[in-house]
Amino acid sequence: MNVLTISKIKDGTVIDHIPSGKALEVLRILGIRRGSRERVSMAMNVESKKMKRKDIVKVEGKFISEEELNRISLIAPDATINIIENFEIRRKFRVRIPERVEGLLRCPNGNCISNDGKEPVTSAFRIEKSENLVFAVCMYCGKKIYEIEEYLV
Amino acid sequence: MSRFRHLISIDDLERDDIEHILSKADSFVEIARGEKSSGILEGKILANLFFEPSTRTRMSFESAMKRLGGEVINLGSVEASSIAKGESLADTVRVVSGYADCIVIRHYREGSARFASVVSEVPVINAGDGAGQHPTQTLLDLYTIKKEVGLKNLRIALVGDLKYSRTVHSLIKALAHFGAEMLLVSPEALKLPDELKENGSFAECDLEYAVENADVIYVTRIQKERFPDEEEYRKVAGSYRITAEMLKNSSAVIMHPLPRVDEISYDVDSLPNAIYFRQAFYGVPVRMAILTEVML
Ligand SMILES: [Zn+2]
Repeated sequence: MNVLTISKIKDGTVIDHIPSGKALEVLRILGIRRGSRERVSMAMNVESKKMKRKDIVKVEGKFISEEELNRISLIAPDATINIIENFEIRRKFRVRIPERVEGLLRCPNGNCISNDGKEPVTSAFRIEKSENLVFAVCMYCGKKIYEIEEYLV
Repeated sequence: MSRFRHLISIDDLERDDIEHILSKADSFVEIARGEKSSGILEGKILANLFFEPSTRTRMSFESAMKRLGGEVINLGSVEASSIAKGESLADTVRVVSGYADCIVIRHYREGSARFASVVSEVPVINAGDGAGQHPTQTLLDLYTIKKEVGLKNLRIALVGDLKYSRTVHSLIKALAHFGAEMLLVSPEALKLPDELKENGSFAECDLEYAVENADVIYVTRIQKERFPDEEEYRKVAGSYRITAEMLKNSSAVIMHPLPRVDEISYDVDSLPNAIYFRQAFYGVPVRMAILTEVML
């Protein structure tokens, strides 16, 4: 049996079943980056029954809404969320693909109005799924993004 | 009740909405010709916001509005106005939506019309957003087909630049609603992108086959800029040119979004096949149908 090298958390969110190597992107999607104050621990390339190798992220001291958590599905569609309160799992669920995301992605079309620095505009993408492929469609110009992590703001 | 508040993309319309606009357009034909008068939009003001020139589209909207008794105000020269001073599109739209009951916008950026509809207090009609959408053109193309040959069991040949022509792309999507059979006639370098072939029935063929077999030949311009050198362009463009000689035994009608350069020879104009000037006229009753839909 494998012993996890990161400690249990008292109150916070555990994001499990992240494809290995994507933990940092998950943090980015949650808006956690250099200078953020949350306590974060990460385990990368952990052995997993379901997916061979996976990453795990634990965030303490930040309330993350379900809407924010669902954004994770764009890069980790099988991620599971454990909400921890007082060392116990209060809730457990799988991320769901959001219908639309705003301000999260940048449109690859340089001539799209959402890339015009002069305008008070927030990027907006509709998320679609065909078979196993998740892609984003710009609500302004219709451009499709297949490699979503390349266009995280 | 209006079926839609804004008209931004043909993709926003169901087949039902399209048919509604087309049959409504029918009731405006005589008014558009000036044979009957109407004051149905009296007291209403349309604002034309053309950030890039498209005289024909702008005039067609003006004609439609004025023949229905409404007034039109124009942005005027972009250089002279506040846009040159760096005002955002959002501010321009917000200000102008206080002056008018409807905004028609043409802008060089994709998505601009959608954005305008978000910030505007009044309905917005997209008259072309960069390489994006131009739904009133698509609706007038559909109306022309319906009027001249019917949309049922239609076999239409699309000729010329099928890769970049937004007119063709929108028309294809709209025609898919009506089960049309589409014949694709284009040079190798300007073929229709595969992602546009998801819905509908498509076959590639040459111009000769198209002329003999299609009900409609929809011709678009092949642009010089798409080719590495002028000689290559001339060779290719020349072989996609429609002439009267070619149409000797053909009953296909010829459509073109205009302006044409030389993809349809002038000797075609006097043939019964040529319907591209009527097509341009139909823009007026179709825009009347749209203007009344969003304003009344
Ligand atoms: Zn875009």
